[in-house]
Amino acid sequence: MNHVRCHVMVCAGTGCTSSESPKVLAAFEKEIKAHKLQDEVRIVKTGCFGLCSQGPIVMIFPEGACYSKVTELDVPEIVSEHIVKGRIVTRLLHMEGDEGKSATSLSDTQFYKHQLRIALRNCGVINPESIDEYLGADGYTALERILTEQTPPQEIIDCLKKSGLRGRGGAGFSTGLKWQFTHDAVSEDGVKYVCCNADEGDPGAFMDRSVLEGDPFSVIEAMTIAGYTIGSNQGYIYIRAEYPIAVKRLEIAIGQARKYGLLGKNILGSDFSFDIELRLGAGAFVCGEETALMTSIEGHRGEPRPRPPFPANKGLFGKPTLLNNVETYANITWILNNGWEKFAAIGTEKSKGTKVFALGGKITNTGLVEIPMGTTLRTIVEDIGGGCPNGKKFKAAQTGGPSGGCIPAELIDTPIDYDSLTAIGSMMGSGGLIVMDEDNCMVDIAKFFLEFCVDESCGKCAPCRIGTKRLYDLLCKITDGKGTLEDLDTIEELCYHLKSSALCALGQSAPNPVLSTLRYFRDEYVAHVVEKRCPAGVCRNLLRYEIDPGKCKGCTLCAKNCPVGAITGAVKAPHIIDQNKCIKCGLCQSNCRFDAITKR
Amino acid sequence: MKSLEELRAIREKMKRQMDLRGPNEDHIRVVVGMATCGIAAGARPVMAAFLDEVEKRGLKNVTVSQTGCIGVCRLEPIVEVFVPGEEKVTYVKMKPDMVPAIVEQHLVNHNVVTDYTIGAAE
Repeated sequence: MNHVRCHVMVCAGTGCTSSESPKVLAAFEKEIKAHKLQDEVRIVKTGCFGLCSQGPIVMIFPEGACYSKVTELDVPEIVSEHIVKGRIVTRLLHMEGDEGKSATSLSDTQFYKHQLRIALRNCGVINPESIDEYLGADGYTALERILTEQTPPQEIIDCLKKSGLRGRGGAGFSTGLKWQFTHDAVSEDGVKYVCCNADEGDPGAFMDRSVLEGDPFSVIEAMTIAGYTIGSNQGYIYIRAEYPIAVKRLEIAIGQARKYGLLGKNILGSDFSFDIELRLGAGAFVCGEETALMTSIEGHRGEPRPRPPFPANKGLFGKPTLLNNVETYANITWILNNGWEKFAAIGTEKSKGTKVFALGGKITNTGLVEIPMGTTLRTIVEDIGGGCPNGKKFKAAQTGGPSGGCIPAELIDTPIDYDSLTAIGSMMGSGGLIVMDEDNCMVDIAKFFLEFCVDESCGKCAPCRIGTKRLYDLLCKITDGKGTLEDLDTIEELCYHLKSSALCALGQSAPNPVLSTLRYFRDEYVAHVVEKRCPAGVCRNLLRYEIDPGKCKGCTLCAKNCPVGAITGAVKAPHIIDQNKCIKCGLCQSNCRFDAITKR
Repeated sequence: MKSLEELRAIREKMKRQMDLRGPNEDHIRVVVGMATCGIAAGARPVMAAFLDEVEKRGLKNVTVSQTGCIGVCRLEPIVEVFVPGEEKVTYVKMKPDMVPAIVEQHLVNHNVVTDYTIGAAE
């Protein structure tokens, strides 16, 4: 018997792997064997479905039932009930929101309804470790067509130009133009390179990682097409070593593509040859910057260099180089297969297509979403993300990580595209979207991102090496309650100089979180400086824990729990906190049974 | 190294298999009763025969699945066929050699094989 009647899809992305999906996978294999069903049921390891907070996710077809938070203990029941008897195990179905409604089909959920998956089209649909499944999902049709028809490179470039695709790494440069420049560039010995930037480094971003884990072939096929178009025979994927699953799947994918003759010499019998090598980065944020990335591939210390010359003319090893981001490549074959008209019909006037966002922070549905450009932040946060957990109020969202800025609650109806985000002082970035609620202090957030940039600055140029550190010191002064109003002006001036004089995008964009929080939440800065108070109650040095003598029963519980012995008092008499000893850990407050301890 | 023809063959084969994961509201559903009674009466070879026959004919719009006890254990193995928009048809006392006729006449040509239905058995 070779007809499979049932597919069990188990998510093997990083999110679900960390919630122990490999154990679930093993349990399915064991149970299916025990029921002697291995010939008619296929177990498929897939990429990310996006619902990372609900993992491990298991989908069973043909019913399309979506089970969430599956443990290995649930597997025998799913196999004996659903797979053997055809009865869906309703208790394990994915539930959405407060309505307690369970969805048998994912596409019905609020989470998926507003999404449009192009870059993620195969994530959760195919087995990323099987080239056969990629072929079955119309994979390699674009390359096959181009090579058999010998499509002129200019035609491919024109198609990309007209599609309006812009770089998904953050800067948003036209992909078609980039391909054009590299195509037009003259190389003396004819050598050109195709590179893929998979050095996703900002805190809270995991889009590129998920694409590579869920659909590595789409990137490989697009890079091969890029090689054909610009006239290159060698590609490099620069990926960080901290992404072990993505690295492993890329290695498997490259190996399978070579075996099938889709990488290597004379691809599909044509006279075009192309191969790809992986380069593992050691996890330096600056290596996401294009010139630093190429310097690192060459084997040098990852430091940026001034531009021009741009990589299109003088890039890797001094040769013309095409460098695109993972998500950009993931869009290419879709555009070539479906036509630029279809892609250009999605999105806003200047930002076409879709964008993948990694939703994180204070949001119910932490996970991976892909939305058409122009979708409002409200739709992403409230409808898809399910709002802030525990009924807290949405305060702001940070896009673009440490290079981006925050979008305050009053601008929640801003459509998400390159230009409107830049207009409000944020940026698209690579797609990390961190949600903050009323308990987040904006000065503290700015300090967090700046600290990241201080750590990650490569130190080559003085504005970034010294400037970010000084800026960080000034923010620390404010959160310590020692700031003055003049400091705020100094901060603004320093930001301006840093933006205009740093060598690369890391330094130029490092002040963005500070400037945008200062722009939208100046009152919070002023409260720290003038009133010596942190409105959100986050900055420790501005906090005071006090015991209300009227409410304190003298139970001594707080004194017993205080790690530094700052609380004194006799039994059955009101206690007192010694402010000089107190480290503001909050243990006394969480232990008090009489609600007698207040935080100010 | 695969030739272009081989690649296309793999693509077609995988496409048929992966159809299972697409929308299937318009599919004909063949449901085999596979509770203890069904299995004891020989439902497994019957289902295997259905899977084989569907594969052999390359039928894209058919899903074969199993279900628990339908209730008339004395008539097992029981197979129910749901064609969208039509009333379900129940075949009883199924044997693997009856399957090709049902696939050909009912699933492909939409003519119920009345000789094998529950009405004929009663």
